[in-house]
Amino acid sequence: MQEQKQPIVVMKGIVKEFPGVRALSGVDLELLPGEVHALVGENGAGKSTLIKILMGVYTRTEGEIFINGEKRDVKSPLHAQSLGLGAVYQDVNLAQHLSVAENFFMGQLPKTRFGTVDYARMYQETKETLDSIEVHVDPKALVRTLSVAQQEMVAIGKTMHQKARAVIFDEPTALLTSDETEQLFRIIDMLKKNGVGIFYISHRMEEIFRICDRATVLKDGGLVGTVAIKDTDEDRLISMMVGRNVDDMYRIEHREPGEVVLKAEHISNGKAFQDVSFEVRRGEIFGMFGLVGSGRTEIVRAIFGADVKTAGNVTFLGRDANFTKPEQGIQAGIALLPEDRRAQGLALGMSVADNTNMVAIRKISKGGVINTAQGIRIAKEYVEKLRTKTPNVFQKVKNLSGGNQQKVVISKWLAQDSELFIFDEPTVGVDVGAKLEIYKVFEELIKEGKTIIIISSYLPEVMGLSDRMMIMYEGRQMGIISRDEFTDDHIMRYASGKNGKES
Amino acid sequence: MAANQKTEKKKQNLLLSRFQTELLLVVILLVLFAFFGMKSPVFFKVDTLMKLLKQASIYGIIAIGMTFVITSSGIDLSVGSVVGLSGIVVSMCMVNGMPVLLAVVVAIAASILVGVFNGVLVHDAKVPPFIATMASMTIVRNVILLMTGAKTISNLPKSFTAFAAGDFLGIPNMFLTWFGIIVLGIFITGRTVFGRNIYAYGSNKESARLSGINIRTTVYGVYVFSAIVCGIAGILMAARLGNGVPTSGDGYELDAIAASVVGGASLDGGEGSVIGTVLGAMIMATLRQGGTLLGINSFIMEIIIGSLIAVAVVIDKMRKR
Repeated sequence: MQEQKQPIVVMKGIVKEFPGVRALSGVDLELLPGEVHALVGENGAGKSTLIKILMGVYTRTEGEIFINGEKRDVKSPLHAQSLGLGAVYQDVNLAQHLSVAENFFMGQLPKTRFGTVDYARMYQETKETLDSIEVHVDPKALVRTLSVAQQEMVAIGKTMHQKARAVIFDEPTALLTSDETEQLFRIIDMLKKNGVGIFYISHRMEEIFRICDRATVLKDGGLVGTVAIKDTDEDRLISMMVGRNVDDMYRIEHREPGEVVLKAEHISNGKAFQDVSFEVRRGEIFGMFGLVGSGRTEIVRAIFGADVKTAGNVTFLGRDANFTKPEQGIQAGIALLPEDRRAQGLALGMSVADNTNMVAIRKISKGGVINTAQGIRIAKEYVEKLRTKTPNVFQKVKNLSGGNQQKVVISKWLAQDSELFIFDEPTVGVDVGAKLEIYKVFEELIKEGKTIIIISSYLPEVMGLSDRMMIMYEGRQMGIISRDEFTDDHIMRYASGKNGKES
Repeated sequence: MAANQKTEKKKQNLLLSRFQTELLLVVILLVLFAFFGMKSPVFFKVDTLMKLLKQASIYGIIAIGMTFVITSSGIDLSVGSVVGLSGIVVSMCMVNGMPVLLAVVVAIAASILVGVFNGVLVHDAKVPPFIATMASMTIVRNVILLMTGAKTISNLPKSFTAFAAGDFLGIPNMFLTWFGIIVLGIFITGRTVFGRNIYAYGSNKESARLSGINIRTTVYGVYVFSAIVCGIAGILMAARLGNGVPTSGDGYELDAIAASVVGGASLDGGEGSVIGTVLGAMIMATLRQGGTLLGINSFIMEIIIGSLIAVAVVIDKMRKR
């Protein structure tokens, strides 16, 4: 039983780089026979990328893979299959219009001596495999006539039939009822006893603690660690996933703030916020924190000129700046990158180039006629500078991911050459890689002497990035604190309205 | 990433579909030409083709203005009335002794007035475009009827009517006018700030506003542009008929909307193509002309055109999914 001890899969120092993003940075993973190994981490942590490298969908940038002790290059999904690796994906990938048996034998249909397909043998063998895992589905049934759960069982049966020694389950219970989940667990148990190794990807902690033996935690493309389930608990696993090394992520070079750029004195809009006063200095990152509905967004919209305010006075760059229209704010050098970029920041049906040049269109036009070539050049420049992932600048913005859409919004304000950038929830729906790049943009902006106001509901983000922070509660300004006073406690107390005004 | 591959594939389809709308229309047009050419010996005669171009010109012109409005996520139901108004104004001015050129200017000015009125209602009074332009459609039409006592104005000067009948190097002046407006339309939508702002505003009003786009100029602009081209169409119409007819242009809004929509414009705004619209107008004119030549019942032809509109929109929606 020497084979028992040898891991089925060993991945060592796996690195995967996509253009501009390091999706995995040196991850190790190991799977033993008869083991159920959980792979956990937040969305975007790199789980799927890792699995896809193992399954031959992606090629790794660096690292080594050993299958049954032999060093291998998994070249394609088909190759993975021949190496004894099987996968059951969330959206089951079976041919819907073929029968169960045909799916089992896809690409290797047995033939009779007359050269016709040996259906009898196919049905027989399929039935045997399905019986062995107690799945009762007619081998002749078309896959599309089966329920989601049955399809999933069939997909498992297929990996069995292909003699997979390692099977990957990607969120297998997402679409199953509790009864069906129980059946799945029974099957997994059987596979285990047969010495099959299983990678189990799931967000559901209770499942992991029920069926898994070990868990490997990934975060932001890096390996946090591998732990035995019996030596840990849910809280510890979650804290590994979320991580508290916030400082790293938000570590950007700050600048010594210069003169006052923006000054708001006792501004109100009657409803959403009252009597708010603050100053922002050149080169500063000024945070605004508060729960949703605390008036943060309304304040910046009023400053920008998108909404009207009813009282108070704003000065910008030493000049009176009580704007009533966005044009005025833009003219003065203020950029507002709105909260809901899809609804407010972008023309989704238009191209990256059109969106990039939307604000600064005067710069590329003469007498109302656009220099299209120049517009395209500018758009390309920002796509490169911000590493926006898009096939070309003519791509419609609606086809880009959240992070890349946000980069397009940033581009259009960079193109305008604004002085003050107001970011309202800049990283909502943005993956980790793009987040870091957006923070990099912050760093570059302040280095160039620009000024930033950032609104965020995510405390670690505002804490990590801001030089000073104003905290709002129900339209009231609870306080302005500087970096050395930032503590979760302190801030949350203000944000929940437990402290009076001070500033 | 399976999901990623899917979006990747979708992207390609989308990219393809951008060209496909126009391409598909060209194919349809060619098929129609082949069909009618085979069925009717006179279809390919220069005379017939010129008539077809002339027929398509009037609402082809209007449809370009309509495409501007629809792209801005509006609609202009007043186009037919503006055609009538400008035809009557130009006729009245001329029969009262005004020089032709001046009469034309006055007619265009009257049209612009309607465009501004629409702009004020839509932008400043926030009246939904459908209602606003329906109101102006009714008002303008009845102003015309009042002005003329519902009577046709005849005896227009020869120098005026000659333009519509005339040609330049064998190409009808009516079509040349249309062609000029097509080129202008393509230039404006593709190469000017105003044109790109129409798309920006039509796709997302709020992002346009926050991007500092002058909303008033854009909204006024599309309705005024629509009114100007309708004014031109009205003048051409009067010249062609040799009379100022108070009811002329009635119902043209529907043909214009149809041509725009068949040409790929989306009533949700943000999408619209001048070339597509021109092809849409050509297809409709070809169907009508061909139908007449073959002696097909005109009711049946209209049923076919109605179905074409429905099919065009359904196909477009399906492709965009």
